[in-house]
Amino acid sequence: MLQQGDGKIHPRRIPDEAAHDVVIIGGGVVGCAMARRFTLEGARVALLEKAPDILDGASKANSAILHTGFDAPEGSLELECIREGYQEYLEIRRSLGLVHECDGALVVAWNEAEEAALEAIRARAHANGVGDVEIIGQAELRRREPNLSHRARAAALVPGEGIVDPWSAPHAYLAHGLANGARLVTSCEVTGGAFDGGAWQLETTRGPVRATSVINCAGLYGDLVDRALLGEARFQITPRKGQFVVFDKAARDLVTSIILPVPNERTKGIVVFPTVFGNLAVGPTAEDQQSRTDASTDTETLRALIEDGIAKIPALKGMPVTAVYAGLRPATEEKDYRIATTPAKNWITVGGIRSTGLSAALGIARHVFALYREMGHRHDPLPDPAGARANMLAESGPRDWKQPGHGEIVCHCELVTRREIEAALKGPLAARSLAGLKRKTRATMGRCQGFYCTARLAELTDGHFEMPLAEEIGHG
Amino acid sequence: MADPPLTGAPRIDVAVIGGGPAGLAAATALKEAGIGRVVVLEREPQAGGIPRHCGHPPFGMREFGRILRGPVYAARLVARAERAGVEIRTLATVAGIRPGGHLLVALPEGLIDLAARRVTYATGVRETPRAARLIGGARVQGVMNTGALQSMVYLKGRRPFRRPVIIGSELVAFSAIMTCRHAGIRPVAMIEAAPRITARWPAALYPRLAGVPLLTGTRLLEIRGGPRVTGVSVAGPDGQKREIACDGVVLSGQFTPEASLARLGHLALDPGTGGPVVDQWGRCSDPSYFATGNLLRPVETAGWSWAEGRRCGRWVAEDLAGRLPAPSGALKLETSDPRLKYVMPQRIALPRSGSGMGDLQLRVTRPVRGELCALNESGILWRRKIHALPERRMLVPLADLALPGGAGTIRFEIREETA
Ligand SMILES: Cc1cc2nc3c(=O)[nH]c(=O)nc-3n(C[C@H](O)[C@H](O)[C@H](O)COP(=O)(O)OP(=O)(O)OC[C@H]3O[C@@H](n4cnc5c(N)ncnc54)[C@H](O)[C@@H]3O)c2cc1C
Ligand SMILES: Cc1cc2nc3c(=O)[nH]c(=O)nc-3n(C[C@H](O)[C@H](O)[C@H](O)COP(=O)(O)OP(=O)(O)OC[C@H]3O[C@@H](n4cnc5c(N)ncnc54)[C@H](O)[C@@H]3O)c2cc1C
Repeated sequence: MLQQGDGKIHPRRIPDEAAHDVVIIGGGVVGCAMARRFTLEGARVALLEKAPDILDGASKANSAILHTGFDAPEGSLELECIREGYQEYLEIRRSLGLVHECDGALVVAWNEAEEAALEAIRARAHANGVGDVEIIGQAELRRREPNLSHRARAAALVPGEGIVDPWSAPHAYLAHGLANGARLVTSCEVTGGAFDGGAWQLETTRGPVRATSVINCAGLYGDLVDRALLGEARFQITPRKGQFVVFDKAARDLVTSIILPVPNERTKGIVVFPTVFGNLAVGPTAEDQQSRTDASTDTETLRALIEDGIAKIPALKGMPVTAVYAGLRPATEEKDYRIATTPAKNWITVGGIRSTGLSAALGIARHVFALYREMGHRHDPLPDPAGARANMLAESGPRDWKQPGHGEIVCHCELVTRREIEAALKGPLAARSLAGLKRKTRATMGRCQGFYCTARLAELTDGHFEMPLAEEIGHG
Repeated sequence: MADPPLTGAPRIDVAVIGGGPAGLAAATALKEAGIGRVVVLEREPQAGGIPRHCGHPPFGMREFGRILRGPVYAARLVARAERAGVEIRTLATVAGIRPGGHLLVALPEGLIDLAARRVTYATGVRETPRAARLIGGARVQGVMNTGALQSMVYLKGRRPFRRPVIIGSELVAFSAIMTCRHAGIRPVAMIEAAPRITARWPAALYPRLAGVPLLTGTRLLEIRGGPRVTGVSVAGPDGQKREIACDGVVLSGQFTPEASLARLGHLALDPGTGGPVVDQWGRCSDPSYFATGNLLRPVETAGWSWAEGRRCGRWVAEDLAGRLPAPSGALKLETSDPRLKYVMPQRIALPRSGSGMGDLQLRVTRPVRGELCALNESGILWRRKIHALPERRMLVPLADLALPGGAGTIRFEIREETA
């Protein structure tokens, strides 16, 4: 392994040739949930991730909404997986220590046409099994959201929509798998491979890896991985970028619910949503592009997002911006997920998990495990699996800075402690990049964006990152 | 002798949030005025504030009558405060403020609720980071403010890049260059959007720019790279877009008060300064809180902030002795002129008494030549010819203004000369 007990980076070694039942390609939220499910079902699992840290693709930046599926297409696989994923999230919430702040969503109608569309939204929700969706009039809407612009006419209330921690949840899924024998190999890109009729021999940037079956959860690269290893892909990814603006924590209480627009065919539209970290955000846009890596933001779009936020919530005027970011959705030619088996090659493709993967991941994993069984594979579920705990980064939760013995507060804006940083740099999920550390602790993600703490972080992370924050002066 | 616990006896008379030049000066002045228990709460491992990581002169002329480097200056301020009997608690983060001087303080040993008769709020300024400037481009490693660069170089002996561009030309951009030189970092260019540099740099400093090309009238369009910075694209005065290769970006200046406690708490904020709304004694909308130093407004020097802190300490002592008038009526000072960035203080508490700030502080948002006017409903109360530049201090002596005796609102505006 690349990392030893001290969490620091040591010369690369190729993963040893253990026999795996299943190799999962890709440590996005889907791959993490997959590793957990297959491990709990008794399979010996390895997850290979090409980035230094997991959650480096589509899963690094999203709206962090746990969807009910109220607006998913009728009869779609997406709907089924969201419903199952939502259910399981609630079931494992306590044992894994996951956050779920559920104050509902309001699909707000801003004009007559949109108001007329609310009825269809309610009907769709009820048909999808989300029976508590109801339409509320202007008076009730104002009572619930007094800071919403008075142009809002009516809304469909979806009580079950809520927000989660988009990083701690998948970290916890994978940690649960790792605690029960799964292995994670990072900085490990799958570049090719061959199936010999019984097992796969995968080529990776860290050497060969053997496994009986392979599950492609490569997100934005799903089609490329299929093409490289199966010889063909049944879909093509066209990344769809979504930009966001995150406002200061002072804006958090301007709304209680998630403010959704009436959606159109292509996207759910621009949402104003609270985050579990105590901010209020607006986004995402939907911009098709060719690049699978370019998650850049542009000033003009960010300005437009701010204006959109102010139009909906006038009190956002003058509110400081804390962060801006963009995420890439792994969109394909079709709206629905592209999950398919290639039984002759012990291969399952889990592609095109476009815009609801955070909500559906646990359900997708269950669905894929069922497909895997249909392919004839059998394991004994773990009788007494070990537990795991998610990082607690929610503003309202028992954060570490509130507990004695945390050492010091390192990141002053997000109140991240030295104990949290040190923990994030250790163990099988040790952060090996600043991006990874941010996702595990939120360090530098607050309003000063590292003005006060970058130097201290450079010191604390010395020797841990593939790309260090700084070098010592005098190294020539 | 160990300091007594923060929540036990004796009762804390004044808690000072922030141990920079202003907070330390206020605390020292309070002790010198005979106040009993004065505690500075500082979240860093050492008190001293921003000068701790300004490894360069000139600091200390006003305070110590000689020129010092930042860290030496900071250490002297700390020593002077301790000698005066100030208790300094480091690694003490004020995480919340509540009405009446109640503070939520996070210590390594746990959270405490601390009560003080008065609070002096002195958390200083920071620079505006990339996100708040809405600078587009890739999310890459190697973009930081001067403050972070200085802490890396002077406090941790590290360098984050070798060939950065420096954005901005306020005085602090010059500090960024000095910091770079100290660390063997060679900036590629200094980029300023305005047609001229912002700072009034002593002519003697220009040669120190040596080797760093200054590009004025040049806008930063976006940052490129991945995972590290590989360049920036900029638009020059002619609107031509071009690329500059670099491995880092220093975003300097655009100071903003570190006023999050007020923003998340109950104190009124002034959108102009970005700091709390204060009266002539620095008293906030909750009269148990007094603000001082650079928190009041962006941005002044350490010496200036220190002097403000000293005065504020004396006013808090007066208040504790019952010598400041209760904040009943007030004259509001405001501006809606887009050419004026702020006016501070934002209110004059009535009745006025002898002490308090002697001057109003104002700044412009762009170069203007014209007349600065103070008006109320009955017309122009005061006017003065000005020729002002952004980020330069403008002072209006309160004594010059024929302020009406009662409450009301005074507006400031600029009547520009038409060329
Ligand atoms: C703007 C935006 C907003 C969204 N909002 C929400 C929301 O509110 N709620 C919700 O439920 N969902 C939301 N989503 C959707 C959700 O984020 C995605 O559906 C989900 O992240 C997809 O995860 P994934 O695991 O399939 O893909 P990814 O996260 O892309 O994971 C794939 C992983 O595979 C790795 N990889 C790729 N190729 C290789 C290789 N050859 N070898 C090894 N590793 C490889 C990649 O590095 C990556 O880490 C949003 C998405 C975006 C972009
Ligand atoms: C990058 C940078 C470079 C500068 N360079 C110069 C220079 O070269 N020369 C010069 O004269 N001026 C310089 N300045 C201006 C500087 O603001 C003043 O020199 C001076 O430090 C202001 O003093 P202050 O006490 O108001 O604030 P600061 O010095 O900023 O002190 C504020 C203190 O409050 C603490 N604090 C903040 N929040 C909390 C909290 N919640 N709980 C506990 N403690 C808290 C901080 O840790 C800090 O120690 C610079 C400013 C910056 C940002």
